[in-house]
Amino acid sequence: MTGWVIGRRQVLAGAGLALAAPTIGRAQPDLIRIGEINSYTAQPAFLQPYRHGWTLALEQVNAAGGIDGRKLETLHRDDAGKPEDAVRLAGELVNAEKVALLAGGYLSNVGLAISDYANQNRMLYVASEPLTDALVWSRGNRYTYRLRASTYMQSAMLVKEAAKLPARRWATVAPNYEYGQSAVRWFKELLTRARPDVSFVAEQFPALGRIDAGATVQALAAANPEAIFNVTFAADLTNFVRQGATRGLFERRRVVSLLTGEPEYLEPLQDEAPEDWIVTGYPWDQVNTPDHAAFREAYRRRWNDHPRLGSVVGYDTVMAIAAMLRKTSAVESEAMVDAMSGLRFGSVFGPVEFRAIDHQSTMGAFVGRTVLRNGRGTMADWHYADGKDYLPPDEVVRTLRPQS
Amino acid sequence: METLVLQALSGLASASSLFLVASGLTVIFGVSRIVNFAHGSFYMLGAYLAWTLVTSLPRGHLGFWGGVIGAALGVGLVGLVVEVLLLRRIYRAPELFQLLATFGVVLIVQDLALLAWGAQDLLGPRAPGLRGSTGILGMRFPDYELFLIVVGPVVLGLLLLLFHRTRWGTLVRAATADREMAAALGVNQRLLFTSVFVLGSLLAGLGGALQVPRESVNLHMDLSIIVQAFVVVVVGGLGSLTGAALAALLIGELHAFGILVLPKITLVLVFLVMAVVLVLRPHGLLGRPQDRAQPATGGAEPVIGPAPRPLLRLGAAALLAAVVLPPFAGDYALSVLTEIAILILFAASLHLIMGPGGMASFGHAAYFGMGAYGAALAAKWLAAPMELGLAVAPLAAGLFGLVFGWFCVRLSGVYSAMLTLAFAQITWSVAFQWVELTGGDNGILGVWPAAWATPKLVYYYLTLTLCIGATLLLRRVIHAPFGYALRAQRDSALRAEAIGIDAFRTRWLAFALAAVMAGLAGGLFAYAKGSVFPTFLDIPRSVDALLMVLLGGVQTLSGPIIGAIAYTGLQEQLVRLTDLWRLLLGGVIVALVLFFPQGLAGAARARWETRHGDA
Amino acid sequence: MATLEAEALRKSFGGIEAVRGVSFAVQPGEMLALIGPNGAGKSTCFNMLNGQLRPDAGRVRLAGRDITGLAPRQVWRLGVGRTFQVTATFGSMTVLENVQMALLSHHRRLGGLWTPVRRMDRAPAEALLARLGMAEQAGRPCGILAYGDLKRVELAVALANDPRLLLMDEPTAGMAPPERAALMALTASLARERNIAVLFTEHDMDVVFSHASRVLVLDRGTLIAEGAPAEVRANPRVRQVYLGSGAMQGGY
Repeated sequence: MTGWVIGRRQVLAGAGLALAAPTIGRAQPDLIRIGEINSYTAQPAFLQPYRHGWTLALEQVNAAGGIDGRKLETLHRDDAGKPEDAVRLAGELVNAEKVALLAGGYLSNVGLAISDYANQNRMLYVASEPLTDALVWSRGNRYTYRLRASTYMQSAMLVKEAAKLPARRWATVAPNYEYGQSAVRWFKELLTRARPDVSFVAEQFPALGRIDAGATVQALAAANPEAIFNVTFAADLTNFVRQGATRGLFERRRVVSLLTGEPEYLEPLQDEAPEDWIVTGYPWDQVNTPDHAAFREAYRRRWNDHPRLGSVVGYDTVMAIAAMLRKTSAVESEAMVDAMSGLRFGSVFGPVEFRAIDHQSTMGAFVGRTVLRNGRGTMADWHYADGKDYLPPDEVVRTLRPQS
Repeated sequence: METLVLQALSGLASASSLFLVASGLTVIFGVSRIVNFAHGSFYMLGAYLAWTLVTSLPRGHLGFWGGVIGAALGVGLVGLVVEVLLLRRIYRAPELFQLLATFGVVLIVQDLALLAWGAQDLLGPRAPGLRGSTGILGMRFPDYELFLIVVGPVVLGLLLLLFHRTRWGTLVRAATADREMAAALGVNQRLLFTSVFVLGSLLAGLGGALQVPRESVNLHMDLSIIVQAFVVVVVGGLGSLTGAALAALLIGELHAFGILVLPKITLVLVFLVMAVVLVLRPHGLLGRPQDRAQPATGGAEPVIGPAPRPLLRLGAAALLAAVVLPPFAGDYALSVLTEIAILILFAASLHLIMGPGGMASFGHAAYFGMGAYGAALAAKWLAAPMELGLAVAPLAAGLFGLVFGWFCVRLSGVYSAMLTLAFAQITWSVAFQWVELTGGDNGILGVWPAAWATPKLVYYYLTLTLCIGATLLLRRVIHAPFGYALRAQRDSALRAEAIGIDAFRTRWLAFALAAVMAGLAGGLFAYAKGSVFPTFLDIPRSVDALLMVLLGGVQTLSGPIIGAIAYTGLQEQLVRLTDLWRLLLGGVIVALVLFFPQGLAGAARARWETRHGDA
Repeated sequence: MATLEAEALRKSFGGIEAVRGVSFAVQPGEMLALIGPNGAGKSTCFNMLNGQLRPDAGRVRLAGRDITGLAPRQVWRLGVGRTFQVTATFGSMTVLENVQMALLSHHRRLGGLWTPVRRMDRAPAEALLARLGMAEQAGRPCGILAYGDLKRVELAVALANDPRLLLMDEPTAGMAPPERAALMALTASLARERNIAVLFTEHDMDVVFSHASRVLVLDRGTLIAEGAPAEVRANPRVRQVYLGSGAMQGGY
C-alpha cells in the first residue's frame, strides 16, 4: 500500500475519533455546562476583557457552592466572526457536548444565527453582546434573551442629550453595516421627533475597519454641520479623531458619539481622546456603588487589570445565567426559558430585568461627556441611564416583535 | 471649490499610502510571480515594530524616524527569513501554490502579533515636526498628510532610479519582462529572488510604519490592506511600478470624491474600479501580457487516466464508510460530515476551472453564495419549499456564472482571478447593502429543510447523494470530450484553436458549470445552516476553496476531495483544541507546503508512480 | 481548381512590412515548399493562410472559397491541417488522446459530457498513428516525447480531419537527417494517396530539393522566384540571397 493511503486513513480515523469521543457520556450530574460562542480571534480587543469577566463570575459562582451544589462549567468556542461557523459550533456544543444552554455573541449576525439555531432546536440562548434590535424585535423568538442595551436604547439615550443642544444642522458618520445603519436611522427618527426643527445635512458611511478618515472628515466639514453624530468605533474611531482634530472638524461643533466612552475605545486614544463629546460608555474608575466597587476590586485582584465594558458584559452574563438557574424548576430548556422571562438580578450596574415582553434586559449605560484627565480620556458629568427608561412603550414593542 | 481642492489633497494622501504598500507587492510579483498573501502581514508588522521602536526610543526626530526606518529594515529581515526558509523551496511548485504558503504565514503572524502586542489597539505618537496643520485656501490640512503626499512620489522616483540606473535593477526588469530569458542570461536567480522579496517586504514594512502617526495599530491591518493592495497592483498592471502609482492615484481620488456623492459606495468602490479597468484593459493600465504561466515544474501537467485500482477500492471503501457509519454517529458528527460533503463539491467545482481549465479564481464564493441566496430568497419571498430552493440554487449561480464568466475567461492568469474577485465582491456588497431584499449583514434566517429532511441523518444522506453525485459527475465530465477540450485549451491554446476548439466558449461553459456546482453546494449549505449571510460570498470563503484545492493538489482529480477533507477536518479539530488555532493551522499549512509541494494527492501520486514505475 | 490561392497578401507590424503582396497557388497532391532566409516573412505568410494573422490586404481562397479573416478553427473545419514551427501538442494527454481530440473535434463530438474519451474514436486514431509509425508511442504522454516524435504527432493530428490542405511550418526542424527524409517521404506519399495539397516551409535545402514538387522563394516579404526545384536552385537571384547563409548546401 502506498504511503498516502495510510495518511488518509489516519485523517479519517482521527476525525472519526474526535467526532465520536465527546459524545461518550460526559454530561455529569454535578455539572451544568454552558456553551459559549464568540468571535475571539476576530474581535480580541473587546472579547479578552469579556472572557476575563466571564471567568471571574464563573469562579465566584462556583466558589459560593455553585447552583444548589452543582458547579458551572463553560465550553468556549471561537466562531472567527463567521455566523455559519457559529451555527456549526452551536451544534457541536448542543449535540456533542450536551450543554444546557448557549450564550455569547458579539457580532450581530453571529448573534442572529445562534438565535435562529436556538429557536429551531429549542435551546435557551442568552445573548450577551450583539446590539442589533432585530435580535429581540423583528426576529425575536421564544428562546433568545439579550443582556446588553441595544442599538435603539443607546441611540435613544444620546438623543435625549442631543435634543437639548441648540444645534439644528446635523451630520452623521457610521460604519457601513447593519449596526451603523440602524443607529443612524434611530437617531434621525428619534431626534426629529424630539426636535422637528433639526435637519441632517450630510452622512458618511465608511467601510468598517477601512475608513478613509481624511476624505471622510473633509466631506463632513464641507457640509458645515453644527453637530455630528458619530457611530464609528475602534480603529475607525481613532483615525477619524486624529484626522478630525488636525483638520479642526470638531471645533465649535458638538459631537454626540455612540460607545465612545467605553474604555475599550477611549483608552487607545490616550491623550488624543476628544474632549466634550457626549457619549455612552463606562467610567469604570468613577462608579463607586458598592456592587461595582466590589466587582472592580475582585477583577483587579484576579487579573491585575481594570475592567472594561466587555468585562462587565461577560461577568453579568454569567450572573444572569446563575440567577436564572437558581430560579428555574429544572435544567431543561423550556423551564429555563420560562425562568428567564421577567428574571431580575443584581447586575454590576444595578438591578436589571429581562423583560417578558421582548426578552430585552434593562441593563443601561452611562451617558456623559468625555474629558482629558492626567493625559487620558475619561467621562465626566455622567449619569447611569437605566435601560428601562429608553425602550419604546409596550404597545409599540408589540408591533415590532412577532407575536405568537 | 476649496472643498474640492482639499478633497483632492486627501485623496492624494491616501493614494500615496496605498502606493507604498502596493509597490512592494508589484515588484515581488513581477519577478517571482508569487501572489504574496502575506504582504499585508508585513505591513502590519511594520506598524507594530514601528510602534514599539518609536515608543521605546527617546522622543524627537532621531527616535521617531529611526524607529520608522528600523521597522522597515526589521520587516525586510522577516521577509528574508520567509523567503529563504519557505518560498525558495517551492518556486517550482504549480502556479499559485505559493499562495498557500503565504496564507500560512498570514495565520501565523496574526496569532504572533496578538501574543506579542496584545489585543487592544495601539496609538503611536505623531511625527515630530508634523503634528500640526497648514492653512490651505482657508482650511486646515494636516502636515503629516502633506508629508505623505510627498513620500509616495519620492519612493516611486527612488525605485525607478534603482531599477534603471543599477545593474541589479536592470536584472530585475529583465526578470520581470521575461523570466526564461533572464535565466538564460546567467542571472543568479536565487539571489535576485531573495533580494527582490526583501525589498518588497521592506516597502510593506515602511508603508505600515508610516501609518503609525495616522492610524491606530491593530490586528485587522493585514487583511484590510492586502486586498486593496492587490487591486492597486492589478489595476496598474502586474509588475508595473508606474502603473501601481497611477492605480493608487485613481483609487485614492475616486474614493475621496465618490463619498461626496454616494457615501455608501465605500464598500465596493475599489472593486468597481477594478472590474471596469480589467474589462476595458485586460492587462491593467500599464501592464503587458503575461508570459503564459506554464507550470514551472519543467514538465507538462500530468496525464489524467482512469483511476488506478487501489485508488478506486479506497474511494469505494470511503464512500461505503460514508454511507454505512453515519447512523451510528451523533448529530454533531453528522453536521460536520454534511459540511465536509458540501465543501468537497465546492472544492471540486473550483478544481474544474483551476485544474483542467487552467484558470484561477479568487472569487468562487460568489457562486456558492449565490446558490445559498437563491435558495434563501426563494424561501423567504416565494415561500418556496426546500426541493424548489435546491433547484433554484444551481440555476441562479449558473446564470451569474454565465454572465460574470463571459468577462472573466477572456482574461488570463492573475488578471482573470482578480476579475472574479471583483465580481464576487460586487455581489457581496449587494447582499450586504440591499437590506430590504437580503436583510443585509444580518442575513436571512429560517431557511430550514423540509420536514422530511429535518432529521440530521436524512439531510446528511440527501447532501451526500447530491454532493458526491455531482462530484462524480464533474469527474466524468473531465474524462469526457468536454473535459479534454478544456485541458486542450489549457495545454496549448494554439493547437486547440488549430483543431477547431473554441477556447473561449469551452472556458466559458466550464466556468458556468463550475458555478452551477458551487451553487448546488451553496444551496445545500444554506439549508444545513438554517440561515444565509453575506459571509457566504465573502473573500475568506473564496480563499478557503482555493486553499482546499491547492492543499489537495491541483493536478489530481482526487486533490480537491482530499483537500476539502483535510482542510475542514484540520480546522474543525484545531478550533476546538486551542485558542491559538490560527498559529497551529498556519504552521501545519507551511509544513504541508514544504513537504508536499504537489499537494497531498499530488504527493501520493508521485509516491505511487515511483513505486510502480511510470505509465 | 487550385486547393489554395493566396492573392496579393500584405502584412506589416508597426510600420515594417513583413509581407508585401505575395500571390501563389497550391494544387492538389502537390508538395509546395516556401523557402527564404530568416526574416523573409515565411511564418507571417503561413499564419495568414490559416487565419492566425489577419492580412492587411489581399485574399486567401480555399478551393475557390474566400476564407480571409476566418478564425483558425473555422479554417480547420474547412479542411486545413497545420503543424507548427515549435510543436504545439497537448502535453497532459497521450499521443493517442491527442489524435483522438482532433478526430472528436472533426466529428463535432467535443461537447460530450458523459462518454469517456477513451471509448471514442479510438480505432481510427490508432490506425492513423500506425500509418505514421507511431503505434508504439500511442500510450505515452506528449509531455515527455522526443521532439522528432512530437513532429509526427502533429502530423497525425493535422491529418485527422481528412484535410485537403496541409500547412507544415518547418516539419523536420530538430530531427536527425535520416528521420527528416523518412518523414517527408511519408508526407509526400500521403499527399499523393489522399490528393492533399501540402505547403511547407523548410530550412534544410536537402529536404526541399528532394521532396518538393515546386518551390517558392521569399525574400524581405516579396516572392523572388517560383518553379521546379532545379530551376530555383539555378536562379542567380536566389543564389545571391542565400549566399551569405550558405544554406543552399543543405543543413544549417
